[in-house]
Amino acid sequence: MAKDNNYNIETMTETERRNKEIIKSDEVVLQTEKLTKKFGGLIAVNNFDLKVSQGQISSLIGPNGAGKTTVFNVVTGIYKADGGKVIFKGEDLAGKKPHQIIKKGIARTFQNIRLFSNMTCLENVMAGQHCRSNEGTWTSILQTPGQKKEESEIKKNAENRLQQVGLWKYRDELAKNIAYGNQRMLEIGRALATNPDLLVLDEPSSGLNDKESEDLMDFLKEIIKDNLTILLIEHDMNVVMGISHWVTVMDEGKKIAEGLPEDIYSNPQVIEAYLGKDEEEKE
Amino acid sequence: MKLNKDTNNKNNIYKYLPIFLLIIIFLIFPFIINAYWVDVLFFFGIYALLGLSLNIVLGEVGLFDLGHMGFMAIGAYTTAILNTTLGIPVIILLPISAIAAGAFAWLVTFPIIHLRGDYLCIVTIGMGEIVRLTLNNNPFGITGGSNGVYGIDFPSFGSIFIVDNSTKFYYYIWLIVGLTIIGLVNLQRSRIGRAWNCIREDEIAAESTGIDVRYYKLLAFVLGAGLAGLAGNVYATKLMIVSPESFSFMESCMLFSIVLIGGMGSIPGVLIGAAAISLFPEIFRTFAQYRMLIFGTAMVIMMIFRPGGIWPRKRGAVEFKSLLLKTGEDNG
Repeated sequence: MAKDNNYNIETMTETERRNKEIIKSDEVVLQTEKLTKKFGGLIAVNNFDLKVSQGQISSLIGPNGAGKTTVFNVVTGIYKADGGKVIFKGEDLAGKKPHQIIKKGIARTFQNIRLFSNMTCLENVMAGQHCRSNEGTWTSILQTPGQKKEESEIKKNAENRLQQVGLWKYRDELAKNIAYGNQRMLEIGRALATNPDLLVLDEPSSGLNDKESEDLMDFLKEIIKDNLTILLIEHDMNVVMGISHWVTVMDEGKKIAEGLPEDIYSNPQVIEAYLGKDEEEKE
Repeated sequence: MKLNKDTNNKNNIYKYLPIFLLIIIFLIFPFIINAYWVDVLFFFGIYALLGLSLNIVLGEVGLFDLGHMGFMAIGAYTTAILNTTLGIPVIILLPISAIAAGAFAWLVTFPIIHLRGDYLCIVTIGMGEIVRLTLNNNPFGITGGSNGVYGIDFPSFGSIFIVDNSTKFYYYIWLIVGLTIIGLVNLQRSRIGRAWNCIREDEIAAESTGIDVRYYKLLAFVLGAGLAGLAGNVYATKLMIVSPESFSFMESCMLFSIVLIGGMGSIPGVLIGAAAISLFPEIFRTFAQYRMLIFGTAMVIMMIFRPGGIWPRKRGAVEFKSLLLKTGEDNG
């Protein structure tokens, strides 16, 4: 089970497989064009272009403060872009609010887990179904048959999702009481419960141990078979190199490289961004 | 499968048994206590209704609202003015005053709904005070200034049944409270209630889970104000007079502490809180001058030992214990 950290040797055959996949599906799901976001005088994201292809796992990497999370926040509508476009399935998302964007099919998780901590795990996932249901206040107060039916459907879907992320046994546990790794999975479960087309994960493996990261990678590989696209920010190079089909590297708000994981891994510009220029190494 | 169902039913019967008992006790209460205590229990009902209404805003959504009495005042004055000037029956004004209070809440909270925590709290204090002062200043000569409006009719269903004595008022208010509780429990168990709780837990996460935060906050305010308006209507018809000093800031604070004492978002908790606020001062009337002192001490002790309230809302508590054990096994 122990996976070798030596990507170059191990992933060679996998690269070929992925190349084929890339050729097969070059339909772009999400695209940003010259995306710009400023905070006062600081340009957090600067003319940033990103392409995410259907059915693939795309990664966005970069050193701390590169603006990765800002890109995510602009894409999911939490921040408003100062310039450029975000195009999802051919539609411009400008001016859309987060709850509208999620209805279009972009679900996200957060870098520092944001669960509804005083609600049970099942309720957390049921909350994810909110945007896919539409019974109103009065029908809820009166508990009409239609409302009851929808409610049981919500519950059923949520239970399926909870089983999918392997947290079924914690269904009645408060979200704040379960282990950290499980909380991460619960957040992913909640995002999946919105039936997204694109799942945006902000450092899903941070704080997880090796085994948990490994499980997470297997899980992500499993769920993209279900007509899902994943975009993730990641620091853990094992995860990035292990599962990404396409990697985009960002530094100081700009894109500095993109390509297959192997190419990125040996790209001198990327190494420089991460480690800085090292005089001794140059010699 | 069938057996399973049967045991479920049995469990349900045991679960609801205390509630049935409570209802029966409430029904026979007026026959075993004197009229004074029936009145006390009526005001317990009013406070329960107000507590439930504030519980929507404060308990379910976590929005600090210290001007809730303002909404009740709108309901009470709507009833009083329309009844005394136009002679509209009070019972018809019951939904109308609820709608008036709800509409007013929508109007005043619409521009400020994005405010958080203390900021919202301060605005609602201001709002409540503005309502009270406006009523006091007798705009267009319709609110009667500090004398208020008097001579409000009793609620009557045609001429067949008139709610005209303490016992009838007691049943009248508790019928409304009962129906409200049923409605609110249903709401708690629906996607609306879940959305509210999500907003209370984490606004940003709620927004990016697909919940229209702004809409659901406004909804909570409008529903809460509507219920307060309802309470205002009943209050006005019971006292037959409404005056501005009934809707003071102190009263809003009382409502706030009902929800805090009982437990945020917990309906039985709110009932207990309402009982604490309305019954204890009557029971301990001999210590009336130390009331606030005891009250303050009780609050401090509460905050230390039971910060969640006397009866906080339990979620999935049934399997809580066994699951803890299971987690332990997994980790070990």
